[in-house]
Amino acid sequence: MKESLNSPGVQIPEELSGLVAITTLDRIYNWGRRNSLWPLMSGLACCAIEMICTAASRYDFSRFGMEVMRPSPRQADFMLISGTVTKKMVPQLVRLYNQMPEPKYVVAMGACASGGGPFKEGYSVVPGIDKFLPVDVYIPGCPPTPQALLNGLMKLQEKIDHQALKTDAHWYKKDGSAPIPVPILGPDLIDLRKVEQIRLASQVQQPASDADNNEVPHE
Amino acid sequence: MSDQSAVVGTVTEVFPDWFSPDSRPGYAGYIVPSERMREAAGYLKNRKHFDMLTSVTSADYFPEDRIEMVYHFRRSTGGEPLRIKCFLSRVESQIDSLVDVFPGAELQEREVWDLMGVRFTGHPDLRRILTWEGFAGHPLRKDWKEPFFEDEIKPYKSRWPEGKFIRAEEKNPLGDNLCFPPGFDPESWVPDKDEILYKSMTRVAKAGEDGMDSDTIIVNLGPQHPSTHGVFRMVARLDGETVVDLKPVMGYLHRNHEKIGERNTFLGNMPFTDRLDYICSMSNNFAYALAVEKLLNIAPPERAEYIRVIMAELTRIVNHLVANGFLMNDLGAFFTPVLYSLEEREFILDFFEAASGSRMMCNYYRFGGVVRDLDENMMSMLKAILERLPRKMDELEKYLIGSEIVRIRSEGVGILTPEAAIANSATGPLLRASGVPYDLRRADPYSIYDRFDFDVCVRYHGDIYDRFMLRIDEIRQSIRILKQAVRDMPSGPVLTGKPQYQVRVPAGEAYGRVEGPKGELGFYLVSNGKTNPARYHVRAPTFINLTSLAGMSRGNKVADVVTILGSIDIVLGEVDR
Amino acid sequence: MYGLGILKGLSVTLKHFILTFVDDAKRGKGRYRSPQGIAYKQSTELSGLFTVEYPEEKLPVPEEFRYIPFLVYEEEDGEKKLRCTSCGICSKVCPPQCIYIVRTVDPETGKPVPTPAEFCIDVDICMNCGLCAEYCPFDAIKMDHDYEIASFDRMKHHVFDISRLAKPVSYYASIRPKNYKTEEDARAAKAAAKQGTASA
Repeated sequence: MKESLNSPGVQIPEELSGLVAITTLDRIYNWGRRNSLWPLMSGLACCAIEMICTAASRYDFSRFGMEVMRPSPRQADFMLISGTVTKKMVPQLVRLYNQMPEPKYVVAMGACASGGGPFKEGYSVVPGIDKFLPVDVYIPGCPPTPQALLNGLMKLQEKIDHQALKTDAHWYKKDGSAPIPVPILGPDLIDLRKVEQIRLASQVQQPASDADNNEVPHE
Repeated sequence: MSDQSAVVGTVTEVFPDWFSPDSRPGYAGYIVPSERMREAAGYLKNRKHFDMLTSVTSADYFPEDRIEMVYHFRRSTGGEPLRIKCFLSRVESQIDSLVDVFPGAELQEREVWDLMGVRFTGHPDLRRILTWEGFAGHPLRKDWKEPFFEDEIKPYKSRWPEGKFIRAEEKNPLGDNLCFPPGFDPESWVPDKDEILYKSMTRVAKAGEDGMDSDTIIVNLGPQHPSTHGVFRMVARLDGETVVDLKPVMGYLHRNHEKIGERNTFLGNMPFTDRLDYICSMSNNFAYALAVEKLLNIAPPERAEYIRVIMAELTRIVNHLVANGFLMNDLGAFFTPVLYSLEEREFILDFFEAASGSRMMCNYYRFGGVVRDLDENMMSMLKAILERLPRKMDELEKYLIGSEIVRIRSEGVGILTPEAAIANSATGPLLRASGVPYDLRRADPYSIYDRFDFDVCVRYHGDIYDRFMLRIDEIRQSIRILKQAVRDMPSGPVLTGKPQYQVRVPAGEAYGRVEGPKGELGFYLVSNGKTNPARYHVRAPTFINLTSLAGMSRGNKVADVVTILGSIDIVLGEVDR
Repeated sequence: MYGLGILKGLSVTLKHFILTFVDDAKRGKGRYRSPQGIAYKQSTELSGLFTVEYPEEKLPVPEEFRYIPFLVYEEEDGEKKLRCTSCGICSKVCPPQCIYIVRTVDPETGKPVPTPAEFCIDVDICMNCGLCAEYCPFDAIKMDHDYEIASFDRMKHHVFDISRLAKPVSYYASIRPKNYKTEEDARAAKAAAKQGTASA
C-alpha cells in the first residue's frame, strides 16, 4: 500500500522506507477512500449472483476493502447496479441513491444496467440506469464474470485516485448536490424532469382508431 | 396423451356439450365452453382426481377474434397433464375464476389478467401483478406494441445489409423507452398508492385479553431488502409480531420475457431461457429444448441424452447448495454456510464453463442434442467433482443439521400441509417436503430418467427444516444419478441432424416440462409454422409456489417470514420473467 | 442437545481455519501467485485457502469461454484481410439483434463485395450467447476471452466497430488452439478434396 501512498519522485532515505510516507493531502485522502469502499447490498438480477460470487471465497473482494456490504444506503459508498433495471424498480433505486451520503458512486454491472442489455426492447425495462443516476464505471458482459467485475471495481478505485479535493470534491461545496427527483409510475414511467416533453409528445399523437388498442406504436 | 383420452373419453360421451376434443392438427386436449369451465374443473377435480391445476395461461390468436385460455391439470399420483381450453372473444374476454376450486390459480389468473387482459369473475383479488396499477394496456396482446417496437419478428431488416448503427432511443420521440397514451397529462396523474392492496388484506380488529383494543400495522418488506432474495416485496399485516395476513408483490424484475420470446426465433429463445432462473440455466434449456423437440418431433441421440441428464443433475446440485446456503443466511448463520456452498458450486461452474463457455448463462442445449461434446478431460473433471461432493456434503450436514439454533428456528415453522400444497399447485421440494412423493422424473418421465436408479425424496412434516433436509437428500440422489450416467455413457454423436439457425417448426402446440430444481418448469409453445413461436409461455415453478407463501406465514412471527420465503427458494428472474 | 450440535458445527469451521495453515505449511510459497498454485486452486484436491488473488493471479479461462465477439482477420503481406464476407448470418441469428452490418457495394458495378463496410456490435445489448460464432460459416466471428473491458463512458466505448473488433488470426489461434486446429484441418481436407476432384 505504501507505494500508492507515496508521492512519486520524492526520495525517502532507505532506512526510513516502509516507515515514512511523504504524500499530498489529495493522495492520502483518496488512498483512504479507495481502500474502504463499502457497497450497497442490493442485487437486482442475474448479475447479483456473480456479485455474490465475487464477494465469496474464491474472488473475495474484501481484499479491496469492500467486504462490508451495507443493507442500508446511509452506510454505503457505492451502489452496484447488478442487473436489469425495470420501470417498477427504478423509483426505489433513485430513492436509495438519494439516501446515500456523499461522496457516492454508481457502478453499472453488466449489459442490462449499462444499456438495457438483451431485454432493452422490452416494455418495462429502463435502457440503462444512466438515464437516472450518474454512472461512474460501466462493466460490459452478460453477466460479467467475477474477474471482470473486480476489474471494473479497480477502475472505480482508479477514478477515485484521480479526484482532487480542490476541483472534484463537490460534496464539500455549500450547495452540494441536489437529490434526483424520484420518477413515478403512470401509464409508463414518468421522469419528473421530462414532464413538459411528455405532455408535448402525447399531445402530438393522434387518438388511436382501434378502440381495443390502448397504446399507440411509434414508427 | 393416451392417458388423457382414457380419462376424458368416457366424459365426452356423458357430457358431450362439456368436453369436445381439440381436433386441429398439432393440437391436443379438450375444448370446454367458457361458461362451463368452472363446473368442468370441479368435475375433473372431484370425480376424475385431477387435483392439481398445473398451469393457467392464455394465447392470443390475433387477428382472429379469439383468446384461448389454456389450463393444464395433473393428478398428484402422476401421469401426463390434461389440457383444457376455453375460447374467449378478445373484446369481452371474461371467464369464471377457478380460485375457489383450485386456490393455485390465484397468482396465475392475476398474471393472465395483467398481461392478456382476461377478466376473471369471482377472483378475490384481481389486481395487476407483474406490471403496476395504472399501466396502459395488456402487453401480451398481439396488437399491443412497446415503445421500442421495430418489427413483428426477428431478424430485423434494419441490421443487414444496410445496418447503420442507430440506438433505439434515437427513434423514439421521447428519446427513451417510453410511450404515453394520447392526450396524457403527467401533472394531473395520480399514481397508485397501494391503497387497494392494503385494504384487501385481512383485518382483525379485536380487543386484547387486557381489554385494550390494539390495531394491526402494515409492514412492507422489500423490494430492496437483504433477505428477500432479490427484488421481491412482501406486504405483511402484523398484530404485534404475529403475521395476520401477507401478500407477495412482484414484478420488480419483470423483463418481458414472454413478449420478447414471441418475437425471437426458436433458437434465439435458448439463451433467453438461461436468464429465467439464472441459478439453474441448464434445466431451463432442457425444458425449452424438450418443448421444441415435441413440436419438431425429433429426439436427441443417446450420448446427448446422457449429457443432458448430467448437466441437469449438476444444476440441481448447484441450486440446492445455493438455496440451502441462503436459507441458513436468513436463519442468521450469516454467510459462512453460503461461503461453503458457493465453494463447491465454483467447481461445478468451472465444469459448466469448460463445457459451454459461460459460468451461468450456459446456452448449452440445442434442438436435438447439445452444442458440443464432453471430451476426456471434462469427464475426468466431472469424476473428480463427484468424488469430492459427497465428502463435502457430509461436512455440511455435520456442520448444520445438528445445530440447535437451526433446529429451533426451523422445526415446526411455516408448515404446509399436503392438501394445501396440492391445492396451491406447489411443485418441487416444497411439495415433496409436505409428504407428497411427486417428482416429474418418476410421475411423468421424460428424457432417459426411467433408466436410472434413484429415490424420490420425500419428507413428511412440511416445515422449513424438512425442506432444508429434502434438498440435501436430493443432492445425494443427484450424485447417485450422475455416477450411473457417467458409468453408462455411450459414445456417438451429440446432435441429430445438421446445426440449423432457423428452424421451421410445424404448426401446433406443445408443453415441455422438466422437474427443475425448484419444481415443474414448463414451456407452453404455440407455433403457427413460422420461425418464431406465436405463443411462448413459461410455467415458472417458483412463481406458482409463492401462492403458498401467505398461508404458510399466517400465525408465524415476522422474523420467520424471511426464512419461510427462503425455504420456498425463489429466484426473481423466474418469478417475474 | 444443550449446544452440542453447535459445538459440532463449530468444529467444522475450526477445521477449515486450521487447514489453511496446514496447507500453507505443506505447500510452501508455490501455493500463491504461481502457475502451479493457480492450477492447484482449480483442482478438487484443494483444501485450505480458496481465494484467487486477482489481479496478481488470474484464473485461466477455458477454451470455450465466451465474452464479446471479435472478427478474425488474416495477415497477408502486411495487409489485414477480414474473413467476414458480410453474409449477415450472425446478425440474423443474434437473439437480441445487436450486430449491425453494412455491406460493401462496388461503386462501379453496384454489386455487393464480400467484405463488410461497417460492422458494429452494441456491447450493451450483447448477451454473450455465442450463437454468432457458432453459426458463422466462414469462421470469421469468434468469441473473445478478454473480459477486462470496463470503461468510464459507454456512449463512446461500448459500440465496438471494425477497428475495435478486428483481431489477427494468430490471436485466435492463441486463445482457442483446439478449435483453430480442427478448423484448419477441416479446411485443408476440403481443399485437398477439391484438388483431388479437379485433378481427376
